[in-house]
Amino acid sequence: MKNITIGEIVRGDREVFPPYLYEAYQSTRRRAPMLPLVEVPLTLSELTGPGPAISAITPQDADLTRNASTGGEAIGQRIIVTGRVLDDRGTPMPNTLLEIWQANAAGRYLHKRDQWPGPLDPNFLGMGRCLTNEEGIYRFLTIRPGAYPWKNHPNAWRPAHIHFSVFGPSMLSRLVTQMYFPDDPLHSLDPIMNAVPTEAARKRMIALYDHSVTEQEWALGYRWDIVIRGAYATPFESKEGER
Amino acid sequence: MTILPLTSSQTVGPFFAPALLREDAIRNVLTQPETAGERIRIEGRVLDGDGLPVPDAMVEIWQANAHGRYSVDQGLAQLDATFLGFGRSGTAENGSYWFETIKPGRVPFYHEQFQAPHICVTVFARGLLNHLVTRLYFEDEQTNTEDPILQCVPDERRSTLLARRENREETIVYRFDIVLQGAGETAFFDL
Repeated sequence: MKNITIGEIVRGDREVFPPYLYEAYQSTRRRAPMLPLVEVPLTLSELTGPGPAISAITPQDADLTRNASTGGEAIGQRIIVTGRVLDDRGTPMPNTLLEIWQANAAGRYLHKRDQWPGPLDPNFLGMGRCLTNEEGIYRFLTIRPGAYPWKNHPNAWRPAHIHFSVFGPSMLSRLVTQMYFPDDPLHSLDPIMNAVPTEAARKRMIALYDHSVTEQEWALGYRWDIVIRGAYATPFESKEGER
Repeated sequence: MTILPLTSSQTVGPFFAPALLREDAIRNVLTQPETAGERIRIEGRVLDGDGLPVPDAMVEIWQANAHGRYSVDQGLAQLDATFLGFGRSGTAENGSYWFETIKPGRVPFYHEQFQAPHICVTVFARGLLNHLVTRLYFEDEQTNTEDPILQCVPDERRSTLLARRENREETIVYRFDIVLQGAGETAFFDL
């Protein structure tokens, strides 16, 4: 691989979070901030957040195989994706809003800007949402997304992934990330995944196949836990004091 | 105490809109007719390092009510049952986003101190591997000079957090462009 310029500017832990500038991912080049992030104390504004109140959820929202409401079922390998949302002290985070989106089994998104010649599935919208329960557990039924070509570099393909947007208890716990599938040969070729600086952190974005989640003659099971910043910090502590 | 490592951030990519900006997830209008406070409209554009619009960004805001209380906090200021204080807007082809909201009151800092009125702003986009966090302040607000967060921002960058007031017929508009990179780059926070 050619020399890659990796920026110095990172929000949060440098072992965990990707730098804004990661030239191998072309879209970062003109969108990454170049000036240092400003250190600020935590206040009530950061330690609160709207939580799940921003969306009204129905149980059908967590079933992507049928939530197109066409009466038909999405084509593809049916999968269950489940796990817990925890804060960094290991406390389960109940009532956390997860919004997900993904390509269909052929690797095509239902989006006007996605025009590669993969087939669309009229019974698949590729979006869903749910709230975690009292134990911080979420569960989606969907189909396994296909890999997806993009124009970042010649013959570029994104590994199969599901996008997750997480609304925890405060603005500090806001997270948007992607879940990957085990044993995908495209992982090592993907600049978005490899922008995450350490192998340990990259591995934590990969779901585990879990046979105890798999349901007989129905769906394969994957388990993936998400860890977000908690809202336990006392207001008005400086960030240094918090550590 | 167990400390679990956090889950990394990844970009929202180009295809988030059907999920995150679906009709019942988008929130450009934060107010209801009964909501207390001075009506304002926030308008701005998200711009990249070439000064070009970013048409595939999402802006989220979080703010206190007119009395300076968040809808979920335990403070003593008055609650407003008609005001959650959360907004979410996509950007148009010209990079523009907008909200209709109220000017927030002053939120406590600590001891007897208060913050200047402000709105927390989070930006997501294709090409942003991690979201960006900043604040919108009001340029015509006297209390800005004593705001503890604004004082952390280097002098020469402070103006990037000040929304510019425009009176447009009946509407008070605050213009707040978010510059991701380059000349006039917005000051973002390590939060």
